[in-house]
Amino acid sequence: MNAVELTGVGKTFDTGARGPVHALSGIELRVEPGEFVSLIGPSGCGKSTLLRVVADLEQPSCGSVVVGGKSARQARLDQDYGIAFQQAGLLEWRTVVANVELPLHVHGVAKAERRARAAELLALVGLAEFAALRPSQLSGGMQQRVAIARSLATRPKLLLMDEPFGALDEMTRERMQAELLRIADETGAAVLFVTHSIPEAVVLSDRVVVMSPRPGRITDVIDGRRPRSGSGPAGRGVDGALPDSALPDSALPDSALPDSVLADEDVDGVRESAEFFAAVTEVREALRKGSA
Amino acid sequence: MTRPTVATAVAGPRRRPSLDRVWPPVAFGILALVLWELVVTFSGVPAFLLPAPSAIAAQVVAAFPTILATAAVTGGNALVGLVVGFVMGVGLALLAARSRIVSELATPLVSAAAAVPIVALAPVFTTMFGSTTEVPRRLVVSVVVVVPVFVSTARGLAQVTPVHHDLMTALAATPGQFARFVRLPGAVPYIMTGLRLAAPASVIAAIVAEYFGGLQNGLGSRITSAAANTAYARAWAFVVASIILGLLFYLAGLLAERIVTRTPTRREP
Amino acid sequence: MRTTGRGTRAARSRWRPAMTAVAAFVLLVVVWELVKLVVPDDGVSIAGTRVLPRTSDAAMPHVWTVLGRLSDPEVAGAAQQRSIGAAVLSGALFTLRLSLGGLLLGGVLGVLLAVVMQRSGLLERALLPYVVASQTVPLIAIAPLVAGWGGKIAVFGQPWQPWASVMVIAAYLAFFPIAVGMLRGLTSPRTADVELFGALACGWWTTLVRLRLPASVPYLIPSARLAAAAAVIGAIVAEISTGTRGGIGRLIIEYAQAATGDPARVYTAILGAAVLGLVAAWAVGLLDLALRRYQGVAR
Repeated sequence: MNAVELTGVGKTFDTGARGPVHALSGIELRVEPGEFVSLIGPSGCGKSTLLRVVADLEQPSCGSVVVGGKSARQARLDQDYGIAFQQAGLLEWRTVVANVELPLHVHGVAKAERRARAAELLALVGLAEFAALRPSQLSGGMQQRVAIARSLATRPKLLLMDEPFGALDEMTRERMQAELLRIADETGAAVLFVTHSIPEAVVLSDRVVVMSPRPGRITDVIDGRRPRSGSGPAGRGVDGALPDSALPDSALPDSALPDSVLADEDVDGVRESAEFFAAVTEVREALRKGSA
Repeated sequence: MTRPTVATAVAGPRRRPSLDRVWPPVAFGILALVLWELVVTFSGVPAFLLPAPSAIAAQVVAAFPTILATAAVTGGNALVGLVVGFVMGVGLALLAARSRIVSELATPLVSAAAAVPIVALAPVFTTMFGSTTEVPRRLVVSVVVVVPVFVSTARGLAQVTPVHHDLMTALAATPGQFARFVRLPGAVPYIMTGLRLAAPASVIAAIVAEYFGGLQNGLGSRITSAAANTAYARAWAFVVASIILGLLFYLAGLLAERIVTRTPTRREP
Repeated sequence: MRTTGRGTRAARSRWRPAMTAVAAFVLLVVVWELVKLVVPDDGVSIAGTRVLPRTSDAAMPHVWTVLGRLSDPEVAGAAQQRSIGAAVLSGALFTLRLSLGGLLLGGVLGVLLAVVMQRSGLLERALLPYVVASQTVPLIAIAPLVAGWGGKIAVFGQPWQPWASVMVIAAYLAFFPIAVGMLRGLTSPRTADVELFGALACGWWTTLVRLRLPASVPYLIPSARLAAAAAVIGAIVAEISTGTRGGIGRLIIEYAQAATGDPARVYTAILGAAVLGLVAAWAVGLLDLALRRYQGVAR
């Protein structure tokens, strides 16, 4: 069962005087369990709208949206997905830990249980010591990590992320990308990720979905360079980034390295590899072709 | 995520009190007082125009027990009216946020009330409730207070950022949960701003209401009667008391606002 | 509202606020009459304090009695017949002139003070605490004192008129909100914009006229609204405490004193005061409309 299955999805906004705007048209997309898929394209190509359709925040004008084998609405009501936006959207009147608890609080989970889960999640995003602070006491990057922890509260099998790192500076952004990869790895969740940064899409994704505007449609799908835990860059057929001595002698398959954690070095290795730059170029050309 | 700093809407940006910011107003105040004293003493400004600060101070000392008693009456009226009006204003705004028809009916009435001299209702309230009780004046204060509290609270309740709206929808929250988790807590700073604006207004209303008749035991009627008896310095002494009472209410409102909406300082890792 | 049938919906939504406003005032009248009908004539007292009003005709006349009174003659049997409505109207106009005069005077002074404070940081620091504090203290308390000026002093050989006291108080009350709002507006342009003007070698005056003044419009309008309401209240209260004849404030007191004989009269005067306040607010609305193109400037 696919995490997301979109068939013939279209979305038309009626803007009144200026006539209808075709935000999405003929979208066909499948996201497999545990797969990381990025949506990339110029402003107005409907990538955010597409994500919002999956989240049941917008209704499609046509086509079918199936999320984890259910309708988008049922998936939302069952809390099958976690979501993060460009703005962290934390509630200032709640402490950091209470913000992470929010989804559980809304769904009536007992206090002790939700506090334990929130503490676990804060540890996962490396903010355990900031639990008692208010959101405004954190930097932008830390706030976004809290928002990601919040999106994981209900242990969703699908994460929807709408440019979550869009407002962060480049260095923070790279750190957050590595962290998100580690989290996706550890939780095994599928991720649908909207971005307008080509390197970000390539380093994070299994597949990069390239979109073009008016009407918003998918013009190309390109393989990304997502590093996996324990594999090292070489495990995915990427070499040259690390000296040979860093690789295990017997090239074991991914699953044979239990409990290994995706290290920042693995991600940095990808960023410096020739394959990464090749994929970046490929995406850039696809984008240019789509907008021509 | 920056929330609107409603707290600083009138008082201006909050800064640490440094000597650089404290001395100019203090110097100005002292200078103005000295100049006032000198001009009045040496240029023979008649007392009805402006009595000397020293004469006013002497009257404050001489009439201190009376001033205290009348200020207590006016302050009491202002306080009761403030509390009643605050509760009514917040309650009405909550109703208006829940129901569209209440909102559509209340909004024109409140915006009309904001433009209309509400204190003119004082003589009517006196006829309706009797001239021997404090009720008419307190009622005037309540009506005056309802306006800013309602406007401010309604604005706060309407102030939901799109991202919070999306978030709560994505979390499949019920409308009740939406109000409890987002709308109400988000409105608290605005409610407190309404209280801060209403607090000094309540004193002004309590004083002005006395100019329209009714019981004659508050600061407003003392100012009028002293002025009518050409005891100008004495009248100014009661004006000074009114100003101090107004400032006390303002500071109390400000303090309440700061306590409720204080934001902790940012801490970088 | 992304639905079809936009035309009718738009038309309905344009009229809806006006209709609900009318409905609100009708409701107010209905509540008034209902209270009159339900609550006993002498009100309801709990522990000696009357919590519900007296509802006899002497305390709460019927709405139609009040409206009917507008066309009655002011002085029964007098040779020169003037209806109460006409008296209220002329009183309201008199006070309106004084309020608007005060608003204008106070507004000009307020803007000037704001410009001066914007120009000099030292003056701003010295004066602003007093200006802010003055908005929160009952300045109106001095009204009876200014009243004492009437007939006692002369300005440029002209004897001080009582109506001048009224206008001075109205101006005094209007002055402070404008000064504070205007200062906030003048200092509202972002540093980047101010620096741009500096980089273009524009002087203080050009920066004021081309940048600061347009940027202050969105701040000026709300403070002008406050100032207009304050000027109206100031004028009415000043009329009462100075005993100035001819205005609506004096009329309220005169009619209130005659309330035992004719309770409906005082309501006509209060109605006049309410209309006066609304007209003053409408005048600010015109200013708002005239300056609309600057409204989007502020951030």
